[in-house]
Amino acid sequence: MRKQVSAFSGQVARSRRRFSLRGAQFPRKSRTFETGLRLLAVLLCLALASFAQTQAVVLKGGKLLTVSHGIIDNGILVMEGGKISAMGAAASVKVPKNAKLIDVTGMTVYPGLIDSETSLGLTEISAESSTNDRIELSDEIMPHMHVYDAFHAESELIPVTRLNGITNAIVAPDSTDTLPGQDSFVQLAGPSAAEMLLVRDIAMPLNFTGEQRRNESWEKRKFPETRMGMAAQLRQAFLDAQDYQQKLSDYEQKKADAARDKKPEPSAPKRELKLEALLPYLQGKKTIVLAAEGPSDLETAVRLAQEFKLKFVLNHISHSRAVLDYVASLKVPVIVGPIYEAPKEYERFDAVYSLPAELHKRGVKIAFASFDAHNSRNLPYQAGFATGFGLPPDEALKAITLNAAEIWGVDRELGSLDVGKTANVVVANGDPLDVKTDVKRLFIAGQEVPMTSRQTRLRDEYSTK
Amino acid sequence: MCRNTTVRCGWLLALVFFSLLVSATAQQPAEPAHNEVVIKNAIVMTVTHGNLKNASVYIKDGKIAAVGESVNAPASATIIDAGGKYLTPGIVDSHSHLALDDDVNEATSPVTPQMMMQDAFDYQDKAIYRALAGGVTTSLLLHGSANMIGGQAVVIKHKYGAGRDAMLFPNAPRSIKFASGENPKRVYGSRNELPSTRMGNFAVQRDALVQAQDYIRSWDDYNAKVKRGDKDASPPKHDLKLEALADVLRGKLMVQIHCYRADEFETEIAMAKEFGYHIRAFHHALEAYKVPEKLAAENIGIATFADWWGFKQEAWDAIPWNAVMAMRKGVRVAIKSDSDDFARRLNQEAAKTMRYGGATEEEALKMITLNAAWIVGVDDKVGSIEVGKDADLVIWDGYPLSSSAVPNKVLIDGDTYFDRALPGYGMPHYSEGQ
Repeated sequence: MRKQVSAFSGQVARSRRRFSLRGAQFPRKSRTFETGLRLLAVLLCLALASFAQTQAVVLKGGKLLTVSHGIIDNGILVMEGGKISAMGAAASVKVPKNAKLIDVTGMTVYPGLIDSETSLGLTEISAESSTNDRIELSDEIMPHMHVYDAFHAESELIPVTRLNGITNAIVAPDSTDTLPGQDSFVQLAGPSAAEMLLVRDIAMPLNFTGEQRRNESWEKRKFPETRMGMAAQLRQAFLDAQDYQQKLSDYEQKKADAARDKKPEPSAPKRELKLEALLPYLQGKKTIVLAAEGPSDLETAVRLAQEFKLKFVLNHISHSRAVLDYVASLKVPVIVGPIYEAPKEYERFDAVYSLPAELHKRGVKIAFASFDAHNSRNLPYQAGFATGFGLPPDEALKAITLNAAEIWGVDRELGSLDVGKTANVVVANGDPLDVKTDVKRLFIAGQEVPMTSRQTRLRDEYSTK
Repeated sequence: MCRNTTVRCGWLLALVFFSLLVSATAQQPAEPAHNEVVIKNAIVMTVTHGNLKNASVYIKDGKIAAVGESVNAPASATIIDAGGKYLTPGIVDSHSHLALDDDVNEATSPVTPQMMMQDAFDYQDKAIYRALAGGVTTSLLLHGSANMIGGQAVVIKHKYGAGRDAMLFPNAPRSIKFASGENPKRVYGSRNELPSTRMGNFAVQRDALVQAQDYIRSWDDYNAKVKRGDKDASPPKHDLKLEALADVLRGKLMVQIHCYRADEFETEIAMAKEFGYHIRAFHHALEAYKVPEKLAAENIGIATFADWWGFKQEAWDAIPWNAVMAMRKGVRVAIKSDSDDFARRLNQEAAKTMRYGGATEEEALKMITLNAAWIVGVDDKVGSIEVGKDADLVIWDGYPLSSSAVPNKVLIDGDTYFDRALPGYGMPHYSEGQ
């Protein structure tokens, strides 16, 4: 990721009547995210109680960048009950009575941005270890670590991030373990962690970049100090999980037999949290986020995932330019970036910058991620930078909205301006991808979020001095 | 001869080795001959006198010879048609650590002013190329901040492929890096050595400056004796470390101070007054917005980040409005990289000041050109498109102060060093294996 800079160093809310995801069909995703989404539904109902839109809001006169169905100039967007209830060209939309009318003429209106990997809520001050909950380094196989157990909803970083229009994010543990734990999908506003954690354990990173080797120094080296060790350790973990699964199903069978034969219930196998955590992934119910950088790591990691029939999306692959056709043949989405990853010595200056465009050309679905917390707010500029290297601007916007929502299985609720979706809506004075653009208003689940953060408070305090 | 210290012997050996190195580099490819060049059909962002549409820049002997809607150039001049694109001065990075192969801190003592960055400069580092491809033509390579006084900087031009000596900025003034705050106290504190507090930091700095005063006095005394004809006068020991600090007190070194917190700016200013030197710039300076008038009153510039924050305690009060709030109170502000990554897109970083605080286009551009050049002390040579200045120029694909702009061509001293349209690395003066 980013080189250490100093030289020394270095809510979705939903109608009360019926939650749209409950019992819904999942044509594209099959069962993959069903478990997560059920949980989401429950949480969303919870969220409703304390983070609910009370008055309908109408945004009038803005340029609506719908992402899903083009641009609507001089549009109207209506938010009611936390949802987008109507939208379209000004003349075609009926405005509800008693609605709060906001003139956004000259502004762009677009869906809340989604950052597909952050450490928001797991860190406050990078160099102060007491403020960090990013990774357990005692072991490399830690699938039973749950981001939701550490997510700090009151982090000062969250308002800073959302002021740039980022409303949702994947929160992941740091990448220095091969299996560091499970990600959560969060909303960047809400009364407390419970409501902001939209989907707990949404996915699990499997990191295979070499960074996970325990080869820091000759004295401190330990297993696994090589990629061979990493792969063997991962394989053993999944084999153990398979055995555990077998043990559990054998037990269920014996229990059923005992019940049938009116015999005493057999004793249950000992619960193994580590192995238990791997089961939904072994069963293909949840997604593995498979991180690699160069071609050889990528192919090793993919083979491993295929061996255990894991369902996966790819992460980073910043130095895999030489095998992009292979990547396309896998027919899985790629979380790209950070686009600022330095090229290898032998690579041209734009080898990483142009990767999103090259993947898009091959029909690969991409999403951008900041892979950061403090700088998550700069997510849209990565997408903007990629347009300088050939990614079409509308695809760049998609890669931080709808594509991300689809990859994470929340596209029925998020990712575009469409009637029925959660009203996560950004109002800004220009192109969402440009550094000069200022976000003027922000709505999360239809509720206007104040444009304040610790940073604006410091600004205001010292501006009046 | 080496009776005083073996260290001194080491330095003599280093000198011998250094001269060998110089003769070796002489065999490298010569710097390309300067041709006469006209860049025509550009939107010229001069930085000092507005934008000129459909304008040309005439380059002669590596310098800007004329700028305007029409220029008088000989027919033999090479024409570069900018095709209506934007032309800016080359970007100046006033705080960089690239091309040093991690030889950034001699963290074995908190006062090492005799460390010369030039001795560690790795002119083949590809980071120089990657920054060049982002439009950077000049960088101030500074020491790190492990030490209160880290050493003397070097100014380079990003003429990648031209060889070491061609990359050293000719006649650039000398700068010395001071630091303060968390880094020195952490490095030495973790070893249970002085300094481990900000009190210790400043005591170490003050003590070093007192030694330099004594050193100057001993030489003054000696010189006075010699002048009086005192044949028994014996010269004081030549001490590289104290000689460097004496040059700080003599005003021969520009003082560049790594400093985050407002209270530390004030302590540093007081110490500079106490010992009679001037501070050129505070680097990082993330709390400049709290005391901008005090910096402006002392004519101290700042080299800061656009929006980087929260990476350590002393960066916790960083706000992205810092640059513009300080600028509005009269502080000369530069946006710098301090990283091989940011160095590749300083134009975007500068553009952020237009959003956070409403800098004008020209003010934003100045923060990565003329103001940065002032901090480095080369604003008479680079940093704007004006007649007589070095022809360090960038032709951009797209509007330079945006997320999506990419340098199309970068010229240094009138020669093209980067051309995006070329295959491979895009460098006319470099090929692999060179």
